[in-house]
Amino acid sequence: MDCVQEYIELFENNRTLIDGPCCKKLNEEREKAFVRFKTEGFPGLKDENWRHTNVAKKFATNFGMDLGRKSATSNIKGSFTCDVPNLKTYKGYVLNDNFVADENNRLLPEGVIIGSINEIAALHPELIGKHYNSLAEKGDSTVQFNTSFAQECMVLYVPKNVVIEETVQIIALLQTNVEILTNRRLLVIMEENSHASLLLCDHSATERESLSTSVTEIFIGRGASLNLYELEETTDSNTRLGNLFVRQEHDSRFNHCNITLTNGFTRNYVEVVLDGEGAETNINGLAIGDKMQHIDNRTLVDHRKGHCTSNELYKYILDENSTGVFSGKMLIRTVAQQTVSQQTNRNLCLTSCAHMYAQPQLEIYADDVKCSHGSTVGQLDENALFYMQQRGIPAEEARHLLMYAFAGEVIDNIKLEALRERLHILVEKRFRGELNHCKGCNLCK
Amino acid sequence: MKKKNNILKKLANKAYEFGFVSKIKTEIIESGLNEEIIRLISKKKNEPEWLLEFRLTAYRHWQTMPMPTWAHLNIPPIDYQAISYYADPLKKNKENSNKEIDPELMKTFEKLGIPLEERLALSGTAVDAVMDSVSVKTTFKEELKEKGIIFCSMSEAVQEYPDLVRKYLGSVVNYRDNFFAALNTAVFSDGSFVYIPKGVRCPMELSTYFRINAANTGQFERTLIVADDNSYVSYLEGCTAPMRDENQLHAAIVEIIVNDNAEVKYSTVQNWYPGDAEGKGGVYNFVTKRGDCRGHGSKLSWTQVETGSAITWKYPSCILRGDNSQGEFYSVALTNNYQQADTGTKMIHLGKNTKSTIISKGISAGKSQNSYRGLVRVSKNADGARNYSQCDSLLLGNECGAHTFPYMDIHNNGAVIEHEATTSKISEEQLFYCNQRGIGTEEAIGLIVNGYAKEVLNKLPMEFAIEAQKLLSVSLEGAVG
Amino acid sequence: MENLLEIRNLHATIDGKEILKGINLTVKAGEVHAIMGPNGSGKSTLSNVLVGHPAYTVTEGEIIYKGKNLLELAPEDRSHEGLFLSFQYPVEIPGVSITNFMRAAINAKREYLGQEPMNATEFLKMMREKRALVNLDSKLANRSVNEGFSGGEKKRNEIFQMAMLEPTLSILDETDSGLDIDALRIVAEGVNKLKRDDTSSLVITHYQRLLDYIKPDIVHILYNGKIVKTAGPELVMELEERGYDWIKNEN
Repeated sequence: MDCVQEYIELFENNRTLIDGPCCKKLNEEREKAFVRFKTEGFPGLKDENWRHTNVAKKFATNFGMDLGRKSATSNIKGSFTCDVPNLKTYKGYVLNDNFVADENNRLLPEGVIIGSINEIAALHPELIGKHYNSLAEKGDSTVQFNTSFAQECMVLYVPKNVVIEETVQIIALLQTNVEILTNRRLLVIMEENSHASLLLCDHSATERESLSTSVTEIFIGRGASLNLYELEETTDSNTRLGNLFVRQEHDSRFNHCNITLTNGFTRNYVEVVLDGEGAETNINGLAIGDKMQHIDNRTLVDHRKGHCTSNELYKYILDENSTGVFSGKMLIRTVAQQTVSQQTNRNLCLTSCAHMYAQPQLEIYADDVKCSHGSTVGQLDENALFYMQQRGIPAEEARHLLMYAFAGEVIDNIKLEALRERLHILVEKRFRGELNHCKGCNLCK
Repeated sequence: MKKKNNILKKLANKAYEFGFVSKIKTEIIESGLNEEIIRLISKKKNEPEWLLEFRLTAYRHWQTMPMPTWAHLNIPPIDYQAISYYADPLKKNKENSNKEIDPELMKTFEKLGIPLEERLALSGTAVDAVMDSVSVKTTFKEELKEKGIIFCSMSEAVQEYPDLVRKYLGSVVNYRDNFFAALNTAVFSDGSFVYIPKGVRCPMELSTYFRINAANTGQFERTLIVADDNSYVSYLEGCTAPMRDENQLHAAIVEIIVNDNAEVKYSTVQNWYPGDAEGKGGVYNFVTKRGDCRGHGSKLSWTQVETGSAITWKYPSCILRGDNSQGEFYSVALTNNYQQADTGTKMIHLGKNTKSTIISKGISAGKSQNSYRGLVRVSKNADGARNYSQCDSLLLGNECGAHTFPYMDIHNNGAVIEHEATTSKISEEQLFYCNQRGIGTEEAIGLIVNGYAKEVLNKLPMEFAIEAQKLLSVSLEGAVG
Repeated sequence: MENLLEIRNLHATIDGKEILKGINLTVKAGEVHAIMGPNGSGKSTLSNVLVGHPAYTVTEGEIIYKGKNLLELAPEDRSHEGLFLSFQYPVEIPGVSITNFMRAAINAKREYLGQEPMNATEFLKMMREKRALVNLDSKLANRSVNEGFSGGEKKRNEIFQMAMLEPTLSILDETDSGLDIDALRIVAEGVNKLKRDDTSSLVITHYQRLLDYIKPDIVHILYNGKIVKTAGPELVMELEERGYDWIKNEN
């Protein structure tokens, strides 16, 4: 309660500083969002959607926010690379919550725009006016918090019929010597029949406590397709509050995979609205937790039109004292006849101190649908372990092999081969505990 | 395909079969709820002081509680002061303290197909019949007594076996548990009490029929079943209510205690008046049912066929406290017209090597909303816990909803928990195939629905299963569009 | 001989598309007719229209069966009147055992005919006898209708049901499709055993091989929604040698 008041005061006392570098649209939306945040505060454990994730507590730390945009001056490009072998990428960098574009982005296909909303809004006010915050507007109070404080938003615009062959990679880095709270925004607009792949990598170069809220809004036009891969590879001291809103039109495709490789406290909300017939969405998640890590994934797939397909696969591997929360809802509205929807959630608890809360939900109002969900919690197969040991594989190695196989199913859904290969290696390293010794980026090692 | 819709829409809506009102002289106390009313109820029942205190404590707590809103239900506001909390259909003769059964009352139960006379009773079933607030007749009592089995009304148990009642009442469902549990604890009127002594297998099915008859009354019965070590009992419960335009409230509590290696089967066929085709009237069925498998190797099995009630809010649960204890929940919930159901179970695994099975079959038709909500919790010490849940939904028509809200809270790495759910509909091709073999559409739907629910119906005792099958078919008539 | 079935100038559509374009066909009691034709000629449409599938609309013409206007009867009443279709793709009905399904079908028919329901002993005896006819495993009878059945089991189940319902006119729609030679022989033998002097069959097939076992009296070729040729059993051999192309070329 008190910390809500602190943020309210912070906002009200620094309005000029916050608004200063921002385009009009950002400030307009900020105004509305703040009213909601002020009345709602942070969600508590009694909120059905936050039963197991105490987010208010996380905000209570005395964080600093870079409202004066000091980080913008730093240049991370030289010092921080994040290359995936054999994967050609266009790059964008987010340092804390400031956006820096890479020069080679000039080679992007004609008409593609990538850059800061504060610059793009001046050139394309209607584009920004129409899309920014239009999906996130109805988000919960943590989304309103982000909208209230966000001063920057990275924009990716892909015009009609344009295909970006190479992957657009956005590398987000936390670099600070104080406790920091960042508010990141991303807006992706895919016009009719366009195609792109987007890789978002979350890194941290600080052991200080940090909290990043992020709100991503994605519009996928008729016949367009987008692959979105998110990789969380930070430190135990980071809290991530991700909110992803996607709206899909006729015959569009969305493939998503979120991998929580290392992070202290994660809450990801994914909402996909299937708003055109024939749209298809595939959302996948892999969460690996150990120590005291907490990983909460909440998803909503909203079938608003008929003949759409959705597939969802989320897997958790929980070691030591970690906690996993999965809550996935498939909402099939009355008009959404001929929906095919499948949700699968599989969880491995490796120790008696690991906790898993799973809540797969179906809410169905249409009768001509094929919907199913399945959820399991279990352990590694003892028989398989013993079988491997009998064949001479050490117990620990056998354990890793089985965990790796379990995780593999999610990674195999990634469409980019080079990334898939890389992730297989990373996940294996993660199980061996080798990643924990690394600092900064791991993709390039 | 249009033609099929027409056929299905034309099917007439069969009237609620048990909708008659009995013309029975009933003593009803004035409506309203306050401490005086509670004292009055307690006094009428000649209750000991501790029981009155028990009620008053619950009432005071209830006043501080809000109505729960988390269920997937749209519950209109309920005026708790407009309800009468006590209705007694037994004429009281001042000179003679024995209650006589009104011949009309006997007729009512005969119409319901419940024989109150021993000679009419189905062999092997002992019946306790509860009308409005009062247990009117318990059959086979003497025969059971020979084996040491107690089967009587709760009011009688309070008088005859106060120590047993005091020991167990409220020990499974605390008055603080939820809003309706608190309300029931404050005003409960009657219900059944069952005690099965150590090592006794109850030789017959025990059964209670509940009926709400009087207008503007609520029914708040309380059932307590105690199965001592190595005992077994199968208990059946059936419910009906007359057709009335206003809504009637039914807020019951069932508590079951299962000791070492004992087994209790609890079956319900719930057919409270569901309201008419426009959603007017019907019973609000807000029930807390819970069993505590305290004993090592104890077993509790809930089977329910829910076809009635305007709104159902009900989660028969098992606390698997004893090592190697088992909980089962088999449910068919059918909703039609404007009915709403939010029902499921809770399996709380506390002991080691505890097992639970959940099979839930939802059937939604008309404009109804049907939700499964279930919790499987495995606590830290429940090594070797196993759960299998299967929740299927069948949709008939495109104006209804079918929802599945399972909760899995797992705190032990030795647990294996599986949940599966599917949603399907009856296809036109299936109906046509049946038609071609000479089976009419209506009958075909009944056949398919019963086939769908078979896994659960098979768990019911034979006579009940046949009744339930008919009920499913009847409840669906006129349902498909 | 009496006319059991008379189809006159039958036109039928599905989703507004005309498939049958004026069918004329007469079947007398006791006759076996084969209807052959290339894919898409309207064979399955004809069988579906006869049993009253709601997806098809009859736009013109009439069907007289046992002297009654068949088009006025509901699908289940057509069944009660002795019309049986062995489906090309029998549908799965989960949860409904074949036993329960057949009991419902038989008793519905008996009710229609004003007879008492069949008692359980009699019914089970009948099940046993008829099962033997098509070598249908007794375990299969306790399983749900067609659920998880192999192609051959599904077709045998169809013929078993035919045996149970004792139809006057049975329509076998591509009953041979998806069957290996052993299954085909069992199915065909079943059909032949059920044949009586007063019952008739319409055997719809693309290939001649089923007709090696079930001998037709009359063979029709259906092409583009019309019967373009009618002849004796020798037509089957002719088709076998020359294929359907010559029919297509002639029309």
